Amino acid sequence: MKKFTIFFTSVLLFFNTSFAAEYSSNPKNFVSELVGDVIEKLSDKNLSEEEKSKFIEYVALNNVDISALGLYTLGELRKTSDKKDIKLYQQAFEKYFLKSLTSRLSDYSSSEFEVTEADKKSSNYTIIKSKITPKNGNPEVKIDWRIYTKNPDKPLIRDLIVEGLSLARTQKEEFSSILNSNNNDLSVLISKLEEFVKN
Amino acid sequence: MNLKKIATILTFLLVLNVSFNKLGATEECFEGVSRSVFKFNMAFDAMLLEPVAKGYNKLPKPIQKGTSNFTSNIATLLSIPNNLLQGNLKQFAHSTGSFFINTTVGVLGFMNPAEKMGLKPHKEDVGQTLGTYGIGSGCYFVLPILGPTTLRDSIGLVADTFVDPFAHVTIRENELLSASGNSLDYYSVKTVDAVDFRAENILTFDSLEKNSIDLYSSMKSIYLQSREREIKNSSEDMEDWDLNN
Repeated sequence: MKKFTIFFTSVLLFFNTSFAAEYSSNPKNFVSELVGDVIEKLSDKNLSEEEKSKFIEYVALNNVDISALGLYTLGELRKTSDKKDIKLYQQAFEKYFLKSLTSRLSDYSSSEFEVTEADKKSSNYTIIKSKITPKNGNPEVKIDWRIYTKNPDKPLIRDLIVEGLSLARTQKEEFSSILNSNNNDLSVLISKLEEFVKN
Repeated sequence: MNLKKIATILTFLLVLNVSFNKLGATEECFEGVSRSVFKFNMAFDAMLLEPVAKGYNKLPKPIQKGTSNFTSNIATLLSIPNNLLQGNLKQFAHSTGSFFINTTVGVLGFMNPAEKMGLKPHKEDVGQTLGTYGIGSGCYFVLPILGPTTLRDSIGLVADTFVDPFAHVTIRENELLSASGNSLDYYSVKTVDAVDFRAENILTFDSLEKNSIDLYSSMKSIYLQSREREIKNSSEDMEDWDLNN
């Protein structure tokens, strides 16, 4: 019976990570389908925390432009740093991003989500406006999604602007402060990111 | 107001404009001190504000909503003169209409019928008004208990007590339209407002604390972004994302 359970769980995990839905290439539908899927999985009581985390990681790796986000949050230093250091930073940033994203998304698992409008800024960017209404009666939260559409067949999320506050900009300014206090030493920032992932 | 007073105010604004615009918004006035004050504020929050906010969140929803409406309605009084100073007549109408409807029909502001009538006043203060005049934020620092601020916003904070009709009635004990009060009323309302804000943002604060590697810088970024947004009355993100630059 125990073996069967392990096998069944493995199959479930495999299906969740390997056959997760592909989302629409239309930015508005892309956000709507993706968030609907995430909320559904996060509120599924039959899934363990580990399964939920694996699912979010899979969705993020395939639909968020983590590489560009990492470069953006590094600020001016991305132009002057050694390529090897940038690669190490990108690896640490990806792990940090996935861990913090899982934690952040869990807060919105019991909410209703609605995409309100799409605002095409250029051929590369579309801002999708949405709102999340918590079921506990708390006020709705406006979230804008900066979608990178350079490849129109594969839109990617680059930033979330929650009530006008850009998560990417907040992250960039946080990293910039750490770098400024440490003579722009990228290895200090990498250590801090790795420390966060370990804890 | 005579010409001499107007000239003094204009000179003051000009000096603020020149000196504050020289300082970037992200520059610190005295980072070491601010970080220490921030630590103190976090301890204060952990010991007092957060537990009170958690208790407040356990109150029945209608009581929380009514309290939130009441403090927001009083805060509208500060928005009214600031809308005028900003020359924003549409928002002036929204604030004034909202205050009078909520204070009367909405039973002293505990209910918000004005919102259902389409009146949505933005919160405005003197710091924002100075911002709309093109005065830069000046350097950034943290005040004990009150939290993050900038040179411009701290001047605005003091000026608020001269512009706000509620402060005139309470702190200065001047009677206005038969309404009277004292300092205790003013600080009680401000305290309840702070608890209401903290209670509404329990999850966000927890999430930020959990996911930041430098919480002080995250709070600074969030404060500066919020102020920019409030001054522009817009949630448009103006960030330059060209990674080739």
